[in-house]
Amino acid sequence: MKLHEYQAKELFAAYGIPVQRGALVEDAEQVGGLTLTYPVVLKAQVLVGGRGKAGGIKLAAKAAEAVEHARSILGMSIKGERVDRLLVAEAAELQHEYYLAFIVDRTARALTAIASAAGGIDIEEVARTTPERIAREEIDPFLGFQPFHARGLGRALGLSGGALAEFVTIATALYRLCIGEDAELAEINPLAATPAGLLAVDAKLILDDNAAFRHPSRPANEELTALEREARASGLSYVELDGDIAIIGNGAGLVMSTLDIVAHYGGAPANFLDVGGGASEANMQQAIGIVLRKPGIRTLFVNIFGGITRCDDIARGIVGTPAPVPMVVRLTGTNEEEGRAILEAAGVHAFLDPEEAAQRVVAITRAGAA
Amino acid sequence: MSILVNAASRVLVQGITGFQGEFHTARMLEFGTTLVAGVTPGRGGTAARGVPVFETVREAAAATGATTSCIFVPARFAKDAALEAVSAGLSPVTIITEGIPVHDAIEVVAYARQRGVRVIGPNCPGVTSPGQCKVGIMPNHLFHPGPVGVISRSGTLTYEIVAALTRRGIGQSTALGLGGDPVVGTTFTEALELFEADPQTAAVVLIGEIGGSAEEDAARFIRARVRKPVVGYIAGVTAPRGKRMGHAGAVISGSEGTAAGKIESLQAAGVRVATLPGQVAELVAEVLR
Repeated sequence: MKLHEYQAKELFAAYGIPVQRGALVEDAEQVGGLTLTYPVVLKAQVLVGGRGKAGGIKLAAKAAEAVEHARSILGMSIKGERVDRLLVAEAAELQHEYYLAFIVDRTARALTAIASAAGGIDIEEVARTTPERIAREEIDPFLGFQPFHARGLGRALGLSGGALAEFVTIATALYRLCIGEDAELAEINPLAATPAGLLAVDAKLILDDNAAFRHPSRPANEELTALEREARASGLSYVELDGDIAIIGNGAGLVMSTLDIVAHYGGAPANFLDVGGGASEANMQQAIGIVLRKPGIRTLFVNIFGGITRCDDIARGIVGTPAPVPMVVRLTGTNEEEGRAILEAAGVHAFLDPEEAAQRVVAITRAGAA
Repeated sequence: MSILVNAASRVLVQGITGFQGEFHTARMLEFGTTLVAGVTPGRGGTAARGVPVFETVREAAAATGATTSCIFVPARFAKDAALEAVSAGLSPVTIITEGIPVHDAIEVVAYARQRGVRVIGPNCPGVTSPGQCKVGIMPNHLFHPGPVGVISRSGTLTYEIVAALTRRGIGQSTALGLGGDPVVGTTFTEALELFEADPQTAAVVLIGEIGGSAEEDAARFIRARVRKPVVGYIAGVTAPRGKRMGHAGAVISGSEGTAAGKIESLQAAGVRVATLPGQVAELVAEVLR
């Protein structure tokens, strides 16, 4: 899960990484009362990228101007995400912008430190155009990221003296944070040289959802919609999309493939629900309940390949949850005969072939929309 | 022949007394797997489905000659279980468990590399060599021995495609589930290298999905080193950016990990890529002709 900048900076401060003095506000009128040294920068707290271009970051020289900016930013929508919170921070004089991150490199299968003297811009762009400006260090998990690794990276950025020492402190602290908080990505961009020393001007943290059990006090995941959060709490994997056909399947790959098949035949999936392996009748009932609660659903498509999952359990879950919209079911695999018999008895036809079933659900959806 | 597991493999199950461990132990035995031992700390000296249970992997391996481990231990204890199996020198170590923290997976994979042990998974359905040995949770009845190697990041999609192959009368040498997590012990590239060297395997099916660049890496390897025909399928063509599609590893981040990019790379390496999963068996039949 991705944290907001202010949440990431709270963790940065806890690990000893220098950040600007600042405050979080939810109401523009609070801004006037803040005891900060002007100028200040006001930054919309949203999880989507590109907030600067969208007008979500503004500089203010004095309090009245800050309040005015706060009024315009709070409540605005950035790529569909409403701005409810604003980070107001003392503006720093940026003499140079560096980049520093720890990221799980899937190919290297290692946590990897990445640093560049070309900070403040999109690092993917730097990697494409001037890859020689990026320094990397793959980390042996049993050795860890040592100060000598940090010195090496700092030298690659051209740092020396006091700035190099500061960089070593920040980089080793960011590594400790990455391990201590189970982060998949910990990024400072820019890491700025200022008259007062190096400063983490922006902060991006993506925490590993699988490690949540080790961190009971983590904040709520704000990337998820209300339904996505509820599904996750029930152990179901659910993602919301833009269409009108609700989709349930078993296994992430099969459900992704089901979305593609439906789209291939001209349909638009409304969501993605993976009931997982060995789903019970109760899991199936819960799954149907969740996908149909999204507004604007016209049809329901269930695509099950029974491996560990038993078709009879799925069929009982389906007939036990009357759907208010037309439904198309593809059911095959373990206990297929029993499952199909249960569905037929309830007047539900079960397809064997997923592509035929997908064409059918697209046709019904179109007929219903016409 | 086959890859990774065969008739000589002697399987140990870690977490054998748990619900999933015991259920799948029974299925593996029905398949004909030589499943010789189980390990559950605190339950040594008992038996599960007629299989003797030990306190530690070393004791179990010494007493039964186990050569390979299959792990069903819950996520918070899975790192310790996997390190124990690697330390005891069992190989491959197949981790079925879903939901293991990525930093734990990194430690397991790094330690396995140091010890020369192969890890499969985590978050995978395991590995099946039809007629010889099944390690993991793939459904028994789908398989038939034959010339096609199957490698996949997805469990159910593997079953779907293996079933379609078997229905067409095309058997499999080995089917291998790599797992849906961002860091896994065995990659497409490593599996391709094994299949290329396996005399039973005449063609390979590669089932990928969005996220990461393992398929692109595989495409480079195919172009350079694989002479056997490869048929591909990539799930997630219509998946939105930034959303995790069920698997922890199935997420498009920035410009990396799109299905279109993977399909393009594979096609450029001469792989026949199916648009729909239902076309895979037909493409395999064509390349085998």
